[in-house]
Amino acid sequence: MTFFRRFASNRGALVGLAVLLLILAAALAATTLYPASPWRMVSRPFLAPLALERFPLGTDALGRDVAAGLMHGARVSLAIGLVSTLAALLVGVPLGAAAGYFGGLVDDLCMRFTELFQTVPSFALAIVIVAILQPSIASIVLAIALVSWPPVTRLVRGEVLSLRSRDYVQAAVTLGQRTPSIILRQILPNTVAPIIVMASLMVASAILLESSLSFLGLGDPNMMTWGYMVGAGRTRLIDAWWISFFPGLAIFLTVLALNLVGEGLSDALNPRLARGGRP
Amino acid sequence: MTTSPVLAIENLSLALPSMADRPFAIQNLSLSIAAGETLCVVGESGSGKSLTALATIGLLPRAVRPAGGAIRLAGRDLLGLPERDMQDVRGREIGMIFQEPMTSLNPVMRVHDQIAETFEAHGALDRRGRAERTLELIQEVGLPDPAAIARAYPHELSGGQRQRVMIAMALAMEPKLIIADEPTTALDVTTQAQILKLIDALRKKHGTAVLFITHDFGVVAEIADRVAVLQHGIMVEEGTAEAVLRNPQHDYTKRLLAAVPSLIPPPPKDLAGAPKAFQVRDLSKTYKGRGFFRRGREVHAADGVSFDIQRGETLGLVGESGSGKSTVGRCVMRLIEPDAGSIRIGDLSIRELSQAQFRPMRRRIQMVFQDPFASLNPRRTVGRIIAEGPIAQGVPKKEALATAARLLDLVGLNDNATDRYPHEFSGGQRQRIGIARALALEPDVLVADEPVSALDVSVQAQILALMQDLQKRLGLAILFVTHDLRVAAQMCDRIAVMQRGKIVELQTTAALFRDPQHAYTKALLAAVPGGREVGSALPTA
Repeated sequence: MTFFRRFASNRGALVGLAVLLLILAAALAATTLYPASPWRMVSRPFLAPLALERFPLGTDALGRDVAAGLMHGARVSLAIGLVSTLAALLVGVPLGAAAGYFGGLVDDLCMRFTELFQTVPSFALAIVIVAILQPSIASIVLAIALVSWPPVTRLVRGEVLSLRSRDYVQAAVTLGQRTPSIILRQILPNTVAPIIVMASLMVASAILLESSLSFLGLGDPNMMTWGYMVGAGRTRLIDAWWISFFPGLAIFLTVLALNLVGEGLSDALNPRLARGGRP
Repeated sequence: MTTSPVLAIENLSLALPSMADRPFAIQNLSLSIAAGETLCVVGESGSGKSLTALATIGLLPRAVRPAGGAIRLAGRDLLGLPERDMQDVRGREIGMIFQEPMTSLNPVMRVHDQIAETFEAHGALDRRGRAERTLELIQEVGLPDPAAIARAYPHELSGGQRQRVMIAMALAMEPKLIIADEPTTALDVTTQAQILKLIDALRKKHGTAVLFITHDFGVVAEIADRVAVLQHGIMVEEGTAEAVLRNPQHDYTKRLLAAVPSLIPPPPKDLAGAPKAFQVRDLSKTYKGRGFFRRGREVHAADGVSFDIQRGETLGLVGESGSGKSTVGRCVMRLIEPDAGSIRIGDLSIRELSQAQFRPMRRRIQMVFQDPFASLNPRRTVGRIIAEGPIAQGVPKKEALATAARLLDLVGLNDNATDRYPHEFSGGQRQRIGIARALALEPDVLVADEPVSALDVSVQAQILALMQDLQKRLGLAILFVTHDLRVAAQMCDRIAVMQRGKIVELQTTAALFRDPQHAYTKALLAAVPGGREVGSALPTA
């Protein structure tokens, strides 16, 4: 069975993918549907959903359109999730590959360095970094990437460690290939599957992390984000539930969708590990 | 003595899931085993021999379903039995011995508890009775110092000892039938010979019926009363061991038997005047265990190993597991750095070179690996895999790919294989690709590390013939590492026998088999299952 067939046979993964595409479409359509800034006050505050046809999700405490905020927030969430994950991979993969391939002292140094980051509570570290560097898109991405690369390093190190003793890697050595080309061409392509799976889950946790930071008021002040919206609405949760509820739902759905897709990818990329019966 | 058989398999068919390569794993199989009889089921990989064993003990993978027939144990059909009753049958009426003694014992349980567990599962005996019977069993399977063995954990025992514990567990409830699924395949020959003797002796003593699954005709010759030959799930021949081995009727059986290499070496090649291609002197490698507070255990994997190989000659490096033969193979490739000694390819001494200096010289010595499934990168096309060597040595890519196509032809594969991936090929074909990769750099010396031990006998014969043919054409000096004396007898001009890191005997093949000098060589030769009765000379390619 091909990869796509296996992926499609997992219904949860398909649903997740559909939700994700929907969110992506919303993010792309944001500037066309709501060309004006989502920060602009467009109507009366505390307008309930569907009270006015123009504002299907209502307005917030300052009369800003919740729907517009939601769609613009999607862009920020997805962008931060993707970019910070890429940045984390950029640090984690080379470090893990070096540790796993060279072993010995290099391994010890890389792993102790990794553990240094793992022993610090990641959310606290992220808060400190953002607070020191001033909240902005760049500092948030940096903070998320800095706290999320250690698991990547551990994963890649483990994979490389088991692959480097494989005969085809040994064969590449006997053929006289250079070390960088052995790592890049023989080993890393065979670690892609677990990395992709992990990356899809990392995007989800990056979105959560960004939302948490924004909720605490450490988001980029120029960007409308879901976390900020939840935070801004929390004091009026009882009488104006929609202000916090819709962005909260958006975070929940996005993270769920990413997890479903990640699990589907994992099953599709490792058909032998997929559930179902004795081996 | 055949009044009613202990096990009667009648018209058994096992259906495979729809995407498998054939509809039935087993088709209309009928077998019977009488008390005290050993039936060997022989076949190559994929013949359905292991599924026959699993069906009998009710442990088929879920995807495989019985599609008809019956498996009768003393008259009772096991196929219709509910899982609860089947659990009672397992252990009490059928004992099972698996292939891997390393993984079929629980590593965190003492030997005594593992054996006693069988009694507990069937509610037999009281505490004291179990303890006594366990010690008796340990003694019966020929383990020394039963009290100490009973307290030991599996990792403290050798492979052979573990297999004896497995046999003790299988015997615990005095079952009517013992199923042994390749019980000696993972063991060294001398251990294998002992285990075969033990199984045979216990069968005679207890009158147990034995269903013995194997791929090795040598083992068949040692142990079988009757033989059933399976091919693609169909039994093509059945008869007494004598009749099947001496006078096989079916073509497939004849082909299988013809592919088993004989222990009688072919006439020697004329190598007079051939220049020395490869020279190893006093090669040593010691592994030191890394202890925190005390010095770890030292293992001399190679200890003063010296040999020469002439152009066009094959030197066999023979020994059991742990003898250091693979370490020597990897040391001369400098995949492992030796501690001392010199290695010369022609006039070039390679030990003193740094890895970077050696890299361009690597083309002169190449390697064929053991496991054809692990030695090819699954994500590269076959053409790229073969061309990689020349490309690394500076040959332009286009030229290298052309060489790859030519080499595929040389090793007997169609050159449209270049754009396909390794998983599309069978084990034998992959080994051909591995050989082509090694030859792409036109080496002087070829190190072959157990190149055929993962292959079926018929494929093995083809690969060996190919290697001999290539050697003749290209004048390769081959260092042939193997544990299989049959293969060594047919392939090698001279043989070095290794034990605990040392070469204990180095002779021409003919002399070694005619008149072995060292006690260890003699023991190895005596332990080869089937001896000189089974096997034939290698066909030429």
